[in-house]
Amino acid sequence: MNKQALPLFEVFIRSKRGLDHRHVGSLHAEDPEQALDYARDVYLRRSEGVSIWVVRSANITASQESDVGSFYDPMDDKPYRHATHYKLPKEVDNM
Amino acid sequence: MKEYTTEIRNMVVAYCIALGDDSLTLGHRLSEWSSNAPFLEEDLALTNVALDLIGRARMFYTYAGELEGGGRSEDDIAYLRDCREYRNFLINELPIGDFAQTMARQLIVDVYDMGFFTELTRSTDSTLAAIASKAVKESRYHLRRSKDWVIRLGDGTDESHQRMQTAINTLWDYVPELFAMPADEQLLLDAGIAVDRSALKYVWQSTIDEILHRATLEIPTGNHSIEGGREGIHTEHLGFLLTELQYLQRAYPGLQW
Amino acid sequence: MTDKPRGIDPRMAGFNEKVANDQRIEPKDWMPDAFRKTVLRQMSQHAHSEVIGMQPEGTWITRAPSLHRKVVLLAKVQDEGGHGLYLYSAAETLGTSREEMENALHEGRAKYASIFNYPALSWADAVAIGWLVDGAAIVNQVSLQRTSYGPYSRAMIRICKEESFHQRQGYEATMVLARGSKEQRAMAQDALNRWWWPSLMMFGPHDSESAHSGQSMEWKLKRESNDVLRQRFIDQTVPQAEFIGLTIPDPDLKWNEECGHYDFGEIDWDEFKQVISGNGPCNKQRLAHHIRAAEDGRWVRDAMHAHAQKQNKREVA
Repeated sequence: MNKQALPLFEVFIRSKRGLDHRHVGSLHAEDPEQALDYARDVYLRRSEGVSIWVVRSANITASQESDVGSFYDPMDDKPYRHATHYKLPKEVDNM
Repeated sequence: MKEYTTEIRNMVVAYCIALGDDSLTLGHRLSEWSSNAPFLEEDLALTNVALDLIGRARMFYTYAGELEGGGRSEDDIAYLRDCREYRNFLINELPIGDFAQTMARQLIVDVYDMGFFTELTRSTDSTLAAIASKAVKESRYHLRRSKDWVIRLGDGTDESHQRMQTAINTLWDYVPELFAMPADEQLLLDAGIAVDRSALKYVWQSTIDEILHRATLEIPTGNHSIEGGREGIHTEHLGFLLTELQYLQRAYPGLQW
Repeated sequence: MTDKPRGIDPRMAGFNEKVANDQRIEPKDWMPDAFRKTVLRQMSQHAHSEVIGMQPEGTWITRAPSLHRKVVLLAKVQDEGGHGLYLYSAAETLGTSREEMENALHEGRAKYASIFNYPALSWADAVAIGWLVDGAAIVNQVSLQRTSYGPYSRAMIRICKEESFHQRQGYEATMVLARGSKEQRAMAQDALNRWWWPSLMMFGPHDSESAHSGQSMEWKLKRESNDVLRQRFIDQTVPQAEFIGLTIPDPDLKWNEECGHYDFGEIDWDEFKQVISGNGPCNKQRLAHHIRAAEDGRWVRDAMHAHAQKQNKREVA
């Protein structure tokens, strides 16, 4: 329809202080400043957040499903990196 | 609530109603954009501004009703007065026009509101001061948007530039009214309740000049002025606005909804 | 992305396994073309319904009977727009732009919920839509929170959270009318008479007649069948109508003790087919409105783009 569609931005919201920003969805805007304003109007209509990040969707590099084998599986056999791997006596187990 | 003499109290009531009328008429106009905006994000954003303004009108009307002490509700004030009793600035009741006209009006009003409500936070009437504090925060965001849009459209395509210039020129006649102080308001100003609107003109003008300059738009030079809102002399548009707004209350008088 | 012609594609096996284990399918995952097409069709249809759905209630924003009702309705219609946006956003994860989806709508290649092709004639209609149409939509959407496509599921969760107020405000406002003057009561009953059957049609054809249902259930895109959801809506809505003294316009409606559900009369499927194929009272009006808004906004979108390009040039210079 129009000459050029508006770019897509991904929106991340920190719902309250102390928490990480979390992906909530996307929107269209001409530039980051406008995307920030629209994120406020679109995703914070009920005081859902205290901080917003927007990033051009085109700037996100994502892992591929085909990488699953090499990316994630090798981490599955390292149980020694988890606290539950170490059995301690009851007396000192709240470590 | 403050203890006022009857004379002052009536003037504060009238002042609140006029401020409520400003917010309601403009909020009503903006609400007409719902499902009509240039794209979905902007549809939601325009509605947020409309909601702020109608909310503001409710606070002014409610306070007017309380001060009056006659049991008039916000709805009685909004729905049961005719054109001649409305006291809003004319610029607020004008039709939405195209998107350029809507945004040009927002710029004019938002810059004005920032100046006006910042001053009103210092009112000796604590309720008015409290409403003003809330309004300043809202208007700061409204202005951020309208300024952004006027620059984008002014400095966009030839068509958008032309549309924005036409909108500014058309609305310019309605600007002087914003800064004209009637006698009653002067009395309230002396009592520390109201804002000296005539004193807001200078900052308003320089802010607008700077924004129009960045938007590559001409600052209109004409000094024709169309006034009368604060005396109840309106444009023909208000009648239609109220016809819609008040339709159910008028067709089925005295009911709860 | 094409399916390999021979043998069982290992990617297909992986996809099936995820679905079987109730795992969500995410945008970067491999998925069969038919799944991609179906989920895209369903999400875009859902998004269009939200956005077109702004119109019938929207006509009452400027005529709402009190300032309270006015802000509630305005916020509610705004939410519908927001929900449309969440859904377009979820659909865009599949690589189809919102613009393409809107074009498909304008060219009649995409559908939206047929209920929005009926006119909102009175204030009671405006609030009955909240009660009945949103009520029916919520039954469907609650079920869809567990849909197998991740972005769709997350959009549904967000939407359900926001939408709980929509039905409640609609019912509460209908209640005020039902308990009001004679005219108001008549207005509320008239609205129920006209919106009841179209609300039941929202759940789509009977399971035995539904073209897409079987495959969607297998993929867990759809979690419960049309008839199950429709029955749930009826069971929960009939007592709500009775409570405020309104009569459901169905002479065959009666409580069935044995199965613990209401029996109800047959839906006029001819009417359903007529409206769905473009011959409802407002199909042309709704689409023309949406197209007009898009056309009117074109110069604005062009100007934004032109301005951004000028800015970029200035930054480079």
